[in-house]
Amino acid sequence: MSGRGFNKPSRSLRLYSLIFLFVLYVPVLFLPLFSFNDSIYVKFPLTGFTFEWYGELFEREPVWNALMNSLKVGISVSVLSTVMGIFAAKAITRYRFPGRGPAVGFIMLPLVVPLIIFGVALLVLFSRMGVSLSLYTVAMGHLIVCLPFSVATLIPRFEGFDKSVEEASSDLGENAFWTFWRVTLPMVFPGVVASLILTFTVSFDEFIMAFFLSGSEPTLPMYIWGQLRFPKEFPSILALSSIIIAVSFLLIFISQWINRGAHVTSVKGD
Amino acid sequence: MTQNAFISVRNIDKHFGAFQAVNGASIDIGHGEFFSLLGPSGCGKTTLLRMLAGFEAPSSGEILIDGQPMTDVPPNLRPVNMVFQNYAIFPHLSVRDNIAYGLRKQKLSREKRYEMVDEMLDLIKLPGYGERRSHELSGGQRQRIALARALILRPKVLLLDEPLGALDKQLREQMQLELRALQQTVGITFVFVTHDQEEALTLSDRIAVMSGGHVLQIDTPRGLYEAPNSRKVASFIGTMNFFDAQVLGAEGGHFVVETQGLGKLRVPSAGRNLAPGDKVEVAIRPEKLTLSDHKPDQSDGAVSGELENAAYLGERSHYFVRLPGVEQPVAVSAQNSEGATSQVNANTHTWLNWSESAIVLIGKE
Ligand SMILES: Nc1ncnc2c1ncn2[C@@H]1O[C@H](COP(=O)(O)OP(=O)(O)OP(=O)(O)O)[C@@H](O)[C@H]1O
Ligand SMILES: [Mg+2]
Repeated sequence: MSGRGFNKPSRSLRLYSLIFLFVLYVPVLFLPLFSFNDSIYVKFPLTGFTFEWYGELFEREPVWNALMNSLKVGISVSVLSTVMGIFAAKAITRYRFPGRGPAVGFIMLPLVVPLIIFGVALLVLFSRMGVSLSLYTVAMGHLIVCLPFSVATLIPRFEGFDKSVEEASSDLGENAFWTFWRVTLPMVFPGVVASLILTFTVSFDEFIMAFFLSGSEPTLPMYIWGQLRFPKEFPSILALSSIIIAVSFLLIFISQWINRGAHVTSVKGD
Repeated sequence: MTQNAFISVRNIDKHFGAFQAVNGASIDIGHGEFFSLLGPSGCGKTTLLRMLAGFEAPSSGEILIDGQPMTDVPPNLRPVNMVFQNYAIFPHLSVRDNIAYGLRKQKLSREKRYEMVDEMLDLIKLPGYGERRSHELSGGQRQRIALARALILRPKVLLLDEPLGALDKQLREQMQLELRALQQTVGITFVFVTHDQEEALTLSDRIAVMSGGHVLQIDTPRGLYEAPNSRKVASFIGTMNFFDAQVLGAEGGHFVVETQGLGKLRVPSAGRNLAPGDKVEVAIRPEKLTLSDHKPDQSDGAVSGELENAAYLGERSHYFVRLPGVEQPVAVSAQNSEGATSQVNANTHTWLNWSESAIVLIGKE
């Protein structure tokens, strides 16, 4: 924002951001560090380098089951939440309807309300309705968590292009469905991909909802939680967590990269 | 015209909340006509055009195209196509796919489609541009792509919303010629929105002048120029000198009026009903007045005044003459032909001459 002349890097600000990143990420970096350590005790000094814990993971049936559960939930939640997000974002940006402001607020609420409240509320609701806990109930919970991410990712995309191109499409003979398919969707597509990846990651990593709403089939974070009781298993859990962290980082990075310039490119378009 | 009008706009109102953007507009447009909507910014031209295209619904009134009421017909089913003010080229598609966009339903083979697109590209003089993207085009090229995209569907009516507004003067004049030629080639009815009176006069068969949501007058360019029905229309189209006047009486299809500045005049009554004593205005175009340094022998009317200043504009010159009892100096425009009395000095005595047929009577608003 400030002029270019004023951009001598402020040393204290830079120091602050270094400390910030350090505090944020160094604890996380201990996970991969110890996951390669040749000892079942998490303590310094490190005793040696090994892939043993990673190798062990691959032989465990329950890890694969939990992974499959998380994938099932993650993929269906990301698709559902992105589809719902597309319609919500379109409605929010294209139409004026009474109660629009509050509606947007409600969609965004899960970002600020503690998830434990949503978890408990859903649990009570499901048990009242006699719905037994399963991957479906976990997916329901995750949908609530993920929808705000979808909407927040997609709204800038919808805002970024002039509605006259949609009008042009209908003027050229296409009805609402074809206009959406041939114009709207291609124009918001980077946002759609970003939303799919982002919500998948959120669901894949989510623990609190899963904690309240899982039945007998655990997701990966639930499996990790379950294994924490066994000290012997701990290094393998570190290995598993490290993999999850690496994949999550990668996915988020990709989604940000795909969706870069949500405003810039689209405004240039017309 | 009303009987066999191709587009018939009947008493249209359009409200946006409490604001009324279009007020009782009635327009009939003939088949194959180049029809312009002309008016200052915000007068409701775009709103009227969008109602023809179907993007806005009239608050009251009715629109008929080719005899069919359009009230319940959505934009995609109307026999009209539009060229948007910002062109609305699809940025994610190539020029070829932009132009071919509306052909999907015709289920043509790929070769046939491409052939039609290439024909269009030839027509708009952009052959070989099929693979480009919209951001690789200039404003004038985009405008032509938007035109081609609409024309390829052979619409009965083409709506154009200030399509030349964003172009520089030279390109605009070139595009005006091309547009007019194109309209004559394809024989489609054009409804053209502009706030540029010169553009409207150059291009149109007929023009509707709008102001504040009202249609003030619909006529040919010549009709609007020579016989404006109100002061607003007269001053919007070209320059006009106005004089306050009072009706003295009528005689044989003429009114005799006493004007402030030009003295007693006879003006064609043009079917108006005026009684002696009514306040009116008379008007005359600058180029219908001539200057002379002595009282002319033959002239319908002449008064003397003081030449205040002159502006040389190359092809023609503008003079401003002050008349006793008239607030505004009277504008006179004269061709600078060789041997004419071009050398006129300021602050000299001069005579203003006119012929009776050049005087226009305008009702007082
Ligand atoms: N969707 C809308 N909601 C509220 N007011 C509107 C809307 N569209 C247009 N108006 C108002 O209606 C009036 C006419 O607008 P319109 O766009 O038809 O003007 P225009 O004659 O095309 O002007 P310009 O030459 O500047 O394009 C303007 O005062 C505008 O503010
Ligand atoms: Mg407009």
